[in-house]
Formats: sequence, structure tokens, C-alpha cells
Amino acid sequence: MRTDPIRLWLNAHLGLVYVFLYVPILVLIVLSFNKSGLPTTWTGFSTEWYGKLAGNPKILAAAGNSLIVAVASTLISTFIGTLLAMGMEEGKPNPYLDALVAAPMIIPDIVLAIALLSFYTLLNMSLGLQSIVLSHAVFNIAFVCTVVRTRLKNFDRSIVEASIDLGASEVTTFRRVTLPVIAPGVVAAALLSFTLSIDEFIIAYFTAGAGQGSTTFPMQIYAMIRFGVTPEINAIATIVIGFSFLLVLLSQRLNREAA
Amino acid sequence: MNLSRRTILLAPGLGYLALFLVLPCLIIFAYSLFERGTYGGIDYTLTAGNYLRAGSSLFARIFLDSVRIAGTATLVALLIGYPAAYAIAAAPRNQQMALLVLVMLPFWSNYLIRTYAWIVLLNNEGLINRGLESMGVIQEPLPLLYNEFAVVLGLVYNYVPFVILALYSSISRLGPELREASFDLGGSSWTTFRRVTLPLTVPGIAAGAVFVFVLSIGNFVTPDLLGGGQRPMLGNLIYSQYLSARDWPMGSALGFILVLIMLALLFGQAVFAHRAAGEVEARGVPAGAPR
Repeated sequence: MRTDPIRLWLNAHLGLVYVFLYVPILVLIVLSFNKSGLPTTWTGFSTEWYGKLAGNPKILAAAGNSLIVAVASTLISTFIGTLLAMGMEEGKPNPYLDALVAAPMIIPDIVLAIALLSFYTLLNMSLGLQSIVLSHAVFNIAFVCTVVRTRLKNFDRSIVEASIDLGASEVTTFRRVTLPVIAPGVVAAALLSFTLSIDEFIIAYFTAGAGQGSTTFPMQIYAMIRFGVTPEINAIATIVIGFSFLLVLLSQRLNREAA
Repeated sequence: MNLSRRTILLAPGLGYLALFLVLPCLIIFAYSLFERGTYGGIDYTLTAGNYLRAGSSLFARIFLDSVRIAGTATLVALLIGYPAAYAIAAAPRNQQMALLVLVMLPFWSNYLIRTYAWIVLLNNEGLINRGLESMGVIQEPLPLLYNEFAVVLGLVYNYVPFVILALYSSISRLGPELREASFDLGGSSWTTFRRVTLPLTVPGIAAGAVFVFVLSIGNFVTPDLLGGGQRPMLGNLIYSQYLSARDWPMGSALGFILVLIMLALLFGQAVFAHRAAGEVEARGVPAGAPR
């Protein structure tokens, strides 16, 4: 690191990595505003493709389904995951519990997908949005638990004891003492699980069942991509990219306020 | 009192994971030991046939293809990621966080969209081929899409941010002291890197490598969309056994093998990281010494 040529080379390399990461995304965004929708010829600025999207009932229905799934699985997993995190932080460290909570985060998607499909089929459960919600909650609980635990680690437990000594009930203590302290972590965890759920494809694909009614947004995008490159997908892509970047910046901000 | 409170907190989460994770995994493990029914269901006759078939030439070829593609993607991601992580760790402290967020940002957009972006760039009428044609560099479009190259590229693109993150946390933990000591003792930059920095960042390398390899070998979307089905990988095989061939026992056996590969790699990584930490301690530097 003393020699400048090495540092120069490292920085040039890092610059190229950013080019590699962002050029494909920028190309999609630019193309989505291209009148012809063609990749090489710019025929003028147009928001025509966005207009087409707004009139496509399949895409709107899929987006609605994804919102329902993401909100429902986020609510379930934020509640259950936060409790789990509190329970795990209160007791002695237990490697088996840690492994169980880590498992849904590292198990390959496709394995969780076939396992859940087999499980639901064995139970004769009807597949649809409800089975996608239950499936997404599996990995979301694990992520919520991990995020909230990080927050709880820096939590001074003596203020809980103080609250109880002063006569507050367990519920009041949770509502007035614990929750305000861990709230930024809980909100960040909820945002994370919302993002993960709304982006998830394979598990939803396997557990959605045969009906058209439970097609989620990523499933719709997948079907369109398989059909070929169209300007409409560029417009969808731009909206999705903008939306997810917004969510990330929001959770970054929350994290900074929490720290 | 305390115990029951903890039980109430833990019960919903552990119950949920037991019901929707452990039980389903046990079910597919059981399925993998049964025969396929005539009409695609399960014939409850015990057999080791699925695991034996997994070793047959057809499946073995896809296994080897998957290992080669995932291995190549892992290697390329490390070669790209290490210098990038090093550059970030060497940047001024107040810029490091922003540089990392910039690396991770694409990682948070939809996986399908990020993969689709490469179809737009690589196809015969895509930006790269059309651009090269208009410059007169090539006459015929280059076969960039629907081959192994495209699959590796897609995997590297999607997972390199995580490799950079893992390596950054490992590299940034090293203080300048050891490197300076090496320089003072006459070590060149290269020797210092090879004998000091690289060995100390092995845990980060192992963590990043295992992550990319596991996600790559079980990947379904990238080989499907960028490989055009030309290079099916383990994930595609499981998919087709379940949804096309309707041979759930075979698909379950393959899924179980995938989990075993993953566990073996994670275990290897843990041992590796543990040993690396031990060696550092033996040299008198506490592992993970706060900087």
C-alpha cells in the first residue's frame, strides 16, 4: 500500500466493478424511456411503455397479489420473529437454536420449495396466496429474528428490571420500555422481510398452485422474460429497481438513526 | 416464572419452524427413500434406488457441470471481489460505508430483473453485439447468450456484491501494524500480501466462496434464463423432477444431496475459520482484535 501504482490500480479496479454492477441496470432504465424500445437506436423520449403497463390487468393483478403476500408474511414474521429474538436473547446461548434459526436463511430456495410443496400436498391443503404467505414467513421469521437480536444485544437490561421494580407489569414494561428501544430494529426487520417476500420467486412458484389467480409479481415477470425481451419489461424493471432502492435507502436511514 | 416467560416468547417461532421447516424437510427425506408411483405419486416401498440413480451417468454429468459452473463463478467472483474489497478497506474511513452501500444496492433489486438485464445486453440484437457490429469489429453477432459463459457471468454479477462484503469485513479487521512490521523486516509488497494479508483473510475468503458456491449450485433462474436450458444445473434438475417428470422421490433425493453438499461446505468453512483463528492466536495476535 506504500507504492502509489498499486493503490491506483486498486481504485481503477473498484471503479470498473461499479461500472460492471450499474451499467446493466442503467441500460434497462434508459431503454424503458426509448420510444422504439430497441436497444441500439434512440428514437426519442417516451413514457408510452409505462402507460401500457398501467393498462395491463395481468401485471396489475400480479402486483396486487405480491403486495398482499408481502404484507401478510411481514406481519406474521415480524410478530413471531421479534418474540423469538427476545426469547433467544434472554436465555443462555444455545447453538441448536442458533442453527435452527440460521437454517431457513441458508437452505437452497429450491429445497425449501419442494419441501413445502410436498408438505402442503400431503396435508391436502389448497394452494394459493395463503400457502405462499405461510412459506415466505419461514425465511422471514429467521431474518426478522436475526435483525432484532442484533438490536437487543446492545440493550441495557437493567432498565427493564427498573421498570418492573417500579411496579410496571410485563406488558407495560414491554410497551413502554423494551419496544421503544428495539423499535428501529423491528421496523428495519419488517422492511427487510417485505423486500425479501416481494422479490421471492421460486418458493412462490412452487407453492402457488395451478390457478392463475395466485400469480405473484416475480412469477409474472418470469413468464414475460421467458417470452422474450420487450420494452414493457424494461418499464417494469425500472419501477422495481426504483422501488427497491427506495426501500434500501429507507432502512439505511433507520439503521443510522438506531446507531 | 422466568422459564415460562421465555417459553411463551420462544414457542410461536420454534413451533412455526418445526412445522414449516423441519417437518417438510423430514418429509422430503422420507420421500427420497420411496419409489415413484405409477401415476406420479409416491409408492411407499423402501428403496435406495433414487440415490443410486443420482450416481448414474446422466445425473453425474449434470452434477459435474454444476460443480464446474459454480466453481468457476466462485473463483471469478473472488478474483473480482478481493481487490475491490481491499480498495474499499483502504479508502478513507468516512467513505467506506458509502462505497459498501453502493456495492450492495444492486443486490437488493429483484434477481429476475438483474438477470434479465444481461439478456438485453448479450442477445444477438443486444447492446453489445449491435454496438460491435456498428463499429465494424464483427460481422456476425457473437454467441454471448444461452451458453456456459452467460451462466457464469450471471452468477458472478448477482453474487459478487456479497463476496465483496464478506471480504471487506475480513480485510478491514486487519490493522496496518502487521503489514508495517513486514515492510520493516524487508518484505516487499507482494511478499507482505502473500505471507501476511492473504493468510489472515482466509476466513473471509472461505465465507464468500461457500456463499457463492452454494447459491450457484442450487440456482434455478440463471441457468434457465441465461443458459437457455443448455446447461441445466442441480437446481434445474430438481425443478424438472418435481414439476415436469413428476418424480418426487428422485427430486427429493437430489434436494437432500444438495443440502448435504451445503452442510459439508459450511462445516469445512467453520473448521477452516476456526483453524485460521487458532493460528493467528498462536502467533500472539488475538483473533478479531478490535481495531
